[in-house]
Amino acid sequence: MGKRSKVIEKEEVVVRFSGDSGDGMQLTGTLFSYTSAIFGNDISTFPDYPAEIRAPQGTISGVSGFQVHFGHSEVYTPGDYCDVLVAMNPAALKANAKWMKPGGTIILDVDSCDEKNLIKAGYETDDPIIEDKLGDYHIVKAPITTLTKESLKDMGLDNKSILRSKNMYALGLVYWLFDRPLDHTREYIQKKFAKKPLIVEANLKVLSDGYNYGNIIQAVTPSYHIHPADIKKGKYRNLSGNVAVAWGFLAAAEKSNLQLFLGSYPITPATEILQELSARKDLGVKVFQAEDEIAGICTAIGASFSGSLAITTTSGPGLALKGEAIGLAVMAELPIVIVNVQRGGPSTGLPTKTEQSDLMQALYGRNGESPVVVIAASSPTNSFDYAFYAAKVAVEHMTPVILLTDGFIANGTQPWLIPDLADWPEIKVPFVTEKIDDWHPYLRDPEKLSRYWATPGTKGFEHRLGGLEKDAVTGAVSHDALNHQRMVELREEKVQKVANFIPELEVIGEDDADLLVVGWGGTFGHLFTAVDELTHEGHNVALAHFNYIKPLPLNTKEVLKRYKKIVVCELNMGQFANYLTMNFPEFKYKKFNKVQGQPFTVIELKEHFITLLEE
Amino acid sequence: MSVESQIKFTDFKSDQSVKWCPGCGDHAILNSVQKAMANLGYSKEEVAVISGIGCSSRFPYYMETYGFHTIHGRGSAIASGVKVANPRLKVWQITGDGDALAIGGNHFIHTIRRNVDLNVILFNNQIYGLTKGQYSPTSKRGFISKTSPFGTVESPFRPGELCIGARGHFFARCIDKDLKHSVEMMEEAAAHEGTSIIEILQNCVIYNDKTHNAITDKAHSEDRTIKLEHGKPMIFGKDRNKGLVLDGLNLKVETIGQNGITEADILIHDAHCEDTTLHLKLADMEYPDYPVALGVIRAVKAPVYDQCVESQLNDVQEVSKIKSFKDLVHSGDTWDVE
Repeated sequence: MGKRSKVIEKEEVVVRFSGDSGDGMQLTGTLFSYTSAIFGNDISTFPDYPAEIRAPQGTISGVSGFQVHFGHSEVYTPGDYCDVLVAMNPAALKANAKWMKPGGTIILDVDSCDEKNLIKAGYETDDPIIEDKLGDYHIVKAPITTLTKESLKDMGLDNKSILRSKNMYALGLVYWLFDRPLDHTREYIQKKFAKKPLIVEANLKVLSDGYNYGNIIQAVTPSYHIHPADIKKGKYRNLSGNVAVAWGFLAAAEKSNLQLFLGSYPITPATEILQELSARKDLGVKVFQAEDEIAGICTAIGASFSGSLAITTTSGPGLALKGEAIGLAVMAELPIVIVNVQRGGPSTGLPTKTEQSDLMQALYGRNGESPVVVIAASSPTNSFDYAFYAAKVAVEHMTPVILLTDGFIANGTQPWLIPDLADWPEIKVPFVTEKIDDWHPYLRDPEKLSRYWATPGTKGFEHRLGGLEKDAVTGAVSHDALNHQRMVELREEKVQKVANFIPELEVIGEDDADLLVVGWGGTFGHLFTAVDELTHEGHNVALAHFNYIKPLPLNTKEVLKRYKKIVVCELNMGQFANYLTMNFPEFKYKKFNKVQGQPFTVIELKEHFITLLEE
Repeated sequence: MSVESQIKFTDFKSDQSVKWCPGCGDHAILNSVQKAMANLGYSKEEVAVISGIGCSSRFPYYMETYGFHTIHGRGSAIASGVKVANPRLKVWQITGDGDALAIGGNHFIHTIRRNVDLNVILFNNQIYGLTKGQYSPTSKRGFISKTSPFGTVESPFRPGELCIGARGHFFARCIDKDLKHSVEMMEEAAAHEGTSIIEILQNCVIYNDKTHNAITDKAHSEDRTIKLEHGKPMIFGKDRNKGLVLDGLNLKVETIGQNGITEADILIHDAHCEDTTLHLKLADMEYPDYPVALGVIRAVKAPVYDQCVESQLNDVQEVSKIKSFKDLVHSGDTWDVE
């Protein structure tokens, strides 16, 4: 390898691969993130693709992106702004230039910058670099299309196949930029196209030629150097939030020895959970793709009645449709987990964008006093943990549990230290099998106030459940006034008892911090990074991040009491802040809210926190 | 003989007092179901009776089996979940014309299409009883009710036509007060693997009394209905002298001994015929143009959803290298950090 002109030493770097939705940017980004992870960096990734499957070619609405954040230390977000942008066409440049860090590097396929594409992307001149005022960046004007054609001219491939290899040329060049080995990507290509040797050969050649092109242009192009991170030893794999949820349930099914049943209807951005579990017939998962959202949860409730670990998955609009059936599960006191991968709303809203605006719907979006446990995952990989615990709580406390994730953590990925299930807690299933004196269907466990699970097929426990109010003792239909009061209170108390079985709220930072940042769910990475950076910059800021929403951890009040200034940050209009106000009206909460379909940026959080500190 | 086979129909009666109106057809149907289950030798714990909302949907409370009175229209979906999760159970769904065909129409057709092994008893009284007298999706055009004081301006569903249109494989019809025949239909439905729909013409004594009387009252019943039996000629009438023949593409009522018609000209009922043409014609027959068809109109073997789910699991498990969670998480792309 030749001598490099300039090597930039970095703690962390954000790379964004961007092109037309048919350009293969998701694959390119995924392969790059794997290589970085194997190299030993900590990584966080996020895909950003249009709602349309193939939006008009060359237009901004058709731009598909994949962002990878990797570093020498731990990274908690896919990064706000990028150091390196790969733009396969003018539209990709136009859409992403505003997300560049000052002085960053832009690799642009100049072959794509013909008049037609420039007009489609909305440029008015023939020089997008000048027009977008990108003169301060390192611009690598690489004729990627021409070079790919040149590279493959003797292979006997058709033009379409040649053009489809462009992404590997770009990937090779980015590997050069970061001095990364090609081994993993080579293996992938060999496996993926094992039945098409010509395609394997072409992709391998293009990848290498892209890498070598870096050597040719090195005199004018800076390269980056990022050391491996100091992360916990062990076997890792990359995991997205959606797959993590699916696997959390698989783990819970194995631990509890229950049949896993999923009743679901496809909906963005939750569909991947349905797809993942549909593929897990090898682990005995029964998946019922229902005719609609309502049948999705109703089949799951039926399966729960039969004694399965029953799950339904959806996004906001689907949760609205499932409301009545959740009420039935509340009344019948059957275990079920409802996963809501939140997206921008209301109505169809922003299906592919993230938001946290279903919190109130999860807590209260049903008729009657209808309490359920609400849990929120806060990163792609801990979606595994909270899916597991959602299932554990549902089964052990005989209650519906709503698990909230969001489009951001569902689609994002992180390296995941592969767990050993032996280290995970037991799930004790409250089945009744042997005759108990005075047994009745609403007999309750004194500690949890949950009833027992007598499933059809068990002799001697025949009973009837239903949506009508039940007598607290016999379980027979009852319209008695005082009995209803008692049952409403019991159902609420049962959910509140869960607080005795969940961990306390942890605070990151000092007890005497000048500002307590409060968050919940998928904003953790950004909030933590902002608080961490401010702490390193000498500010006294603390973070309390909630995963258990209902019931709240037992020490919540005690934590909030310690701080004079509290700011609740969320991607909605202040739903969690309002919920805290309802529960603890004695404290004052400042709100920091954003509803743009996008996560917070660390920069905007820090700026806001500094303003609050100076108040 | 096992103990189970000696079970009595009274063993299926729960301790709850039955709260349907005196004279309601539901009482008879409850008896028929309990008799059929006893005849079938069911044990109480293997039965799950699932319902939605409506008068008929109170049914599970009166059965000493497992039961679930669920939410309006969703009985088929919940019953599907119960059965798919545990195919060893005998799952019976109780529903009405509003529950199954209005609010639950989507689940009704998709359950039939999938062919989940359920016995669905559809109480058709052509009225909303529990909400006190509004027209239903099976009320005849022009029907006067509290929400159609000037008569309805919509056409009713014919449950048989809907069932067959949704690719149903079992459809039978009977009359609430004909216990013997109802019990037979339920036994046939239970024997059929897949979704079995039994439409029971049921009388609502309060809001739609005698709605089926033109065909169900004793004086005319034999002339205005035809009890179909597989393999037997389609003959009906008090004098057993009327029969159905094909006239071009239509059914026609003929009298044996007139116009040169002999018994040999009468159609033989083939409930097992895969083609739906004749079954649809039979299911759609309405008085006074035709006798109303009772009995098993269609009973055709087809792949059963819950069985297919299980066999697919078994097939995949036989060949897959992934046998446990551990196998799964260690498969594919992993790397070591040392």
